[in-house]
This record gives sequence, structure tokens and C-alpha cells, in this order.
Amino acid sequence: MSRHTLSVLVEDKPGVLTRVAGLFARRAFNIQSLAVGPTEHEEISRITVVVDVEDHPLEQVTKQLNKLVHVIKIVELDPEASVQRELLLVKVKADPTTRSGVLEVVELFRAKVVDVVPDTVVVEATGTGAKLEALLTALEPYGIREIVKSGTLAVGRGSRSITDRALERVRSA
Amino acid sequence: MGQPNPTPAHVAARTAPRPVEHRVEEQVTGAQSIVRSLEEIGVDTVFGIPGGAILPTYDPLMDSQKLRHILVRHEQGGGHAASGYAHATGRVGVTMATSGPGATNLVTPLADANMDSVPMVAITGQVAGPAIGTDAFQEADIVGITMPITKHSYLVKDADDIPRTIAEAFHIASTGRPGPVLVDIAKSAMQARTTFSWPQQLTLPGYHPVTKPHAKQIREAAKLLATARRPVLYVGGGAVRSGAAAELRRLVDVSGAAVVTTLMARGAVPDSHPQHLGMPGMHGTVPAVAALQKADLIVALGARFDDRVTGKLSSFAPHAAIVHADIDPAEIGKNRAVDVPIVGDLREVVADLVPALEAEHDKVGRPDIEAWWHQIDTWRETYPLGYSSTDDGHLAPQSVISRLGEIVGPDGIYVAGVGQHQMWAAQFIRYERPNTWINSGGLGTMGYSIPAAMGAKVGEPDRDVWAIDGDGCFQMTNQELATCAINDIPIKVALINNSSLGMVRQWQTLFYNERYSNTDLHTGHGTARIPDFVKLAEAYGCVGIRVEHENEVDAAIKKAQEIDDRPVVVDFTVSRDAMVWPMVAAGVSNDDIQYARGISPAWERED
Repeated sequence: MSRHTLSVLVEDKPGVLTRVAGLFARRAFNIQSLAVGPTEHEEISRITVVVDVEDHPLEQVTKQLNKLVHVIKIVELDPEASVQRELLLVKVKADPTTRSGVLEVVELFRAKVVDVVPDTVVVEATGTGAKLEALLTALEPYGIREIVKSGTLAVGRGSRSITDRALERVRSA
Repeated sequence: MGQPNPTPAHVAARTAPRPVEHRVEEQVTGAQSIVRSLEEIGVDTVFGIPGGAILPTYDPLMDSQKLRHILVRHEQGGGHAASGYAHATGRVGVTMATSGPGATNLVTPLADANMDSVPMVAITGQVAGPAIGTDAFQEADIVGITMPITKHSYLVKDADDIPRTIAEAFHIASTGRPGPVLVDIAKSAMQARTTFSWPQQLTLPGYHPVTKPHAKQIREAAKLLATARRPVLYVGGGAVRSGAAAELRRLVDVSGAAVVTTLMARGAVPDSHPQHLGMPGMHGTVPAVAALQKADLIVALGARFDDRVTGKLSSFAPHAAIVHADIDPAEIGKNRAVDVPIVGDLREVVADLVPALEAEHDKVGRPDIEAWWHQIDTWRETYPLGYSSTDDGHLAPQSVISRLGEIVGPDGIYVAGVGQHQMWAAQFIRYERPNTWINSGGLGTMGYSIPAAMGAKVGEPDRDVWAIDGDGCFQMTNQELATCAINDIPIKVALINNSSLGMVRQWQTLFYNERYSNTDLHTGHGTARIPDFVKLAEAYGCVGIRVEHENEVDAAIKKAQEIDDRPVVVDFTVSRDAMVWPMVAAGVSNDDIQYARGISPAWERED
């Protein structure tokens, strides 16, 4: 198995996420993570999907995705040639005796504290999955109360935009 | 890494706005807008049943001079009728139903059309906009339910969206790889006032089927075909859908290759053509199955390497290079790795391939395929399609179907259900034209035949349309005989009545120790005959004829041929022990095909 990150540009239409997610389920592909959001063009949404598959089934699922009428474009983002980030919010126990230790970890990982009450803090961090895993490992001894993580977001390095040509299509249709 | 999908060689500019000759603009209700849209598209027939949520649309439908609405007895019948109509005419079939149960009854026909790439539009009523999501009376999320089994689907809540949505639905259903499109329209949208305008500009930025094949791939395919020593053209249903029969005939002649037509492609190449080896697959002819197994080149044309054709995939055609042409890029390489992929409309692919092949012949000469044909002819002589007479004195179903094909001839349309009768009809009728053999291939929908025959007869009223059905299938959808009788749709039904679920029984005979669990239907000779099909036919206003002996077969078929003012049901009481041969058991290699029970061809050793 190898990990692949797909950027799927879709028309911003009701049900489009269901169609994409349903296709993965139907063709028996496991989605590792999924993130959906608007793009710089209001007609287009971007779905970033991370899947663990071999190359051949990946080609098949890409072709099947392309058949969805609302899917405009699919690009696989190479980890080497793209920036890939996740967002983590973690609620950690931190009373006066342990708070300075927690804050030291936060500092080390260039994370930040976004909420403080007498016995806990909420830490916000962004980074690759590996970095966030390391952060969680470091915080673990203090007592983790709650973890919230986003799916991976990814964008290609360099000046090219994958939405430009897709937008031409939408506008000319 | 760039785009993992193949870049389209040519993008069909079919969504481009057409020149506007006459522009229509009318103040109407949403319901009228639906009817007007269907009229402007050129729909002539709708198969449907009204109900609460679709009711507003049925009112203006009553006044339409252009739309013939045929009131079916069950929505499944309406869906299969639309499919049969589409199969026979190549045009988009249309079915209409109400919300909830009306819509869910369309699930089977939609799945069926999706598997067999049948162009179809289903229009369903949905509960009023404000009631959606409240578990209202007769509410079902039919868009959600049918998402995996439609090519695309729409939920329309705003009356202003109706004409564009319907225009897009027909465009999507009929272009690229055809398929079913569902348009679910809220009752509130039907009742609202709106402006109907036509023509409509389609907004489908993500839909660009590639129809024009890549010239380089065509040349590569031609090169392989010009030098192969054991070539086979493996023709699938895409050849029928794209209307490629004439071009295909040229390719067969120019290449000199052996040709096989799958269950979905029977008729795409005339059965009388000397290079035609018949149907491949689980119940294919020995020459067709063997030719694929021993080929050094397979040119797949609108076929999808279905498990029923390949048998055990890993041992399928082990020595063959593969050229695979299909309009759906996702089919190419899905099951079998491909040497030359060609994305395009089959008709254009084959039309381009013929001159490319001729150019190769000019360059490198014609390949020597004499030894290959000698080998094939040996198979043909040794293992022709056939059947043995029955032991119980009852009719042999194969002989009934053979006689039907001989008497009705290649101008008739034959529509099968699913099971033994379907296989015999695919094997023993000689098809000479495309669109004359209609059946449920991919989904294998029992009960397909009667409603699909009805739809075919509506689409092709001047042809003899014969439903070839089994006693099991017939009991699933025979209510549509009422629709046929009342609406002057004189189909003919050849009921191959073996008093059982024949194909299941055959598997019980072969693989379950002759333990016949729940396959006896009590409809045949010497049983309670429940129901009595002759009486049932008469109750539906049809002519019922019972045939029990060999010497009555021809007379009954001829009598049925002469009746044209109402449907005819001929109840052929046949032997229940007849089996479909040849057979490749499920999951087994095609090399292990059995010509008849316990008889396997002895293959010559590979050189």
C-alpha cells in the first residue's frame, strides 16, 4: 500500500461530497482523510482526499471519480512537490504544577495555546501528520482530554495554480 | 506527478451552445414546464404511473399532442419498458413515477440500465420542497438511493431549473457511455409559476466524453492487428450502442480476424458471417471461448472483460496482447491489463481503424492466419452448438427457440428475461442486425422481458416483437400484458415453461447433488398449473396457446405471427431437465469449458 493525496476540484453543488465519498466506499477504497472547502473561485470547491492504495486501483478510482459529472479535475499531489498540512486542536491537562512543562512542549513544536482554564489548556498546531504525532506523544504524559484533527490540506509548490484551467471550463460552460 | 487519468485526446464540444433558430418563452407552471421540455426534446413516449407527488405533471400531460403516455401497471414495468424502447430505437427511453414507493420501484430498472449502458431518463415526483427531510408521506430520498446506480441524478426544487435540468439529463443519458439519469422534482416546483424557455444552455463543466480516438493509438492497434497470427475481435455492447455495425463489418472483412459477439452484442456482426464464431463466455460456443483463450491478439471493442466472459481472470487468454477500445476510460485496464488503450466512440474508433489497417497491410502485407483458421475450423467441426433430445418426452426448449428464430427471421426483435431461456435465445437464434436482441445482461434482471418487449414494440411498431420468457421471469412482470392489451401493443410471448427456476435448477443438478431446493414452480405438464398461463393470457385480453408436442410448435408460432390485434402468449411446456451447454462453471478457467455434461474438449498441446 502507498499513500496518495488527490486534489479533486468539484462544482459547488448539493450532494457532491456524498457522490465522491460514496464512490470510494462503493469501490472499496479506504479514505485516510478528507477535507473540503471553498477555493478562490466561488463556483469551485476543493476536496483533498488521502488514500492508501496501490497504483493500479488508484488509477481505477481516479477514472471512476472523473466520471462523476460534478468532478471537474483531479490532480495527484506528490508529497515532494507539494505542501501538506493538518490542523490539530488538543485539550491537555495543565495545572499550576505541570503547566510550565506543557508550555515548553508547545514552544518546542511552535504550536500555540488558544484557551486556558485553571486545569487545562487547548493547544493549536499545524504541520505534517508526523509532526503532529510527535507533538501528541510529547503531550501524552500530561494527560490528553480531547483531540480534534482536520484532514490533510495540500497545495502544489511553485507558481502554478490547478484551479485556473478548471475555472475556464466552468466559465465557458 | 501530474494527472493520473488519461488526458483526453479530443474533447467533444457537445455542450457548446447550439445556434438558436427559434426561441420559446412562455409563462407556465413547473408541471407545464416539464411537459414542454419533454416535447421540445422530441420525446414521443413516456411509460409511467401517476401518484400524489407527480400529479400536477399528469394534468398538462393529458393535453399534450406530442407525448404519448402509456399507463403501466407497475413502475418496474415502466422502467424496463423505457429500457426496451431505448434498446430497440437507440433513443432515450423515458419513464415517470411518483415519490416514495413509485420511485423505489424504479430502482431495479435504473440499476439494470446502468449496468447495460441504456440511455434512459426517469422523472419522479418528490414531496413538496418544505416537506423534504421531514419523513413526509411517500417521501424517499430517491436521489440518495439511486446515486450508485445512475449515471447522474438531479433534485429540482426551483421551477426555474426544470428546463435546463431536463435538457442536461437527456444530454448526459445519451452521450458518452449512455446510462440512466434520474430527475427528481419537488411537487412544489411543479405547482409554482415559472418561465419556460427553450433551447437551454447546458452547464456541465465536468462532463466531456471523449469520442474521437487518438490517432497514435489507432496506428498502434493497426500494427498489432496487421501482424497477429491468431487475432480475435471481441465485440461488446458498445458496438451496438454506438451504431458501429457497418464500420465493424468492414473491419471484420479487412482484418480477416475471427470475431466473437458477447451477450450484449449479439447482432452487431451478422451470425451468418463466416468469420463469426458466436458468443464467448460462460455459455459461449467452444470455438468462441477457445479462440479467445488461444489468441495472440484480442481487440476488445466496446466490451468490458466481464467475469461471465473471462471465466477465471488470471487464466483468461494468457498469450494475448490486448487492444481495448471503449468510450469509458474507466473500463480500460479495469479487469485486464492493456497493451493499446483507445478511448473513443466505437463507431469512430472502428471507422479510423479500417484505413489504418489497410495502410499497414500495404506496408507489411497481410498476416498469415491460415493455420489459425484451420485450427478454428477444426473446433467448429468438432464442437458445433447443439443439444440432445429430451429423455422425458417433453419438448426440447432449444428446438422451440430455434424454430422461433427460423420462422420469425432476422427482422423480428427478440427480448429475453434471465436464465436458461435467455442463454438458449442468445445461442440458437441467428441475429443478423443490431438492436434485434434485447436482454438484461449485466444485472441479470428476471422479469425484464415482458415490459421491455412492450417498450420495444412501441418503439418499433412495424416489427414482430417476441418476448422469450421463462415461467419464473414471467410471473414477476406479466401484469404488463394488461398494458399491452389495452394500449394496442401486440407483443408475442414465447413462454419456455419448464415448471421451474431453470438456471438455478441446472446449478442444483450440477453443483448441489440434485437437491432441488425451492426451484419447483408447478406451472408445467402434470402439475397443478398454478397459474394456468393460457387462462391468465385470456384474462389479460390476450390470446393464449398451449403447446406440448413437437408437431404443434410451428403451427403455434405461425398462428401467433398472424395475430396482430392483441398480444399472444404461447405456453411451450418443455422438459425441465434440459440444460444450457457449453458451460464454464463460475470461477473456473475457460480452458475447462464443458461442451456437454462431463465432456471437455481435448486441447492440442501448445507449441
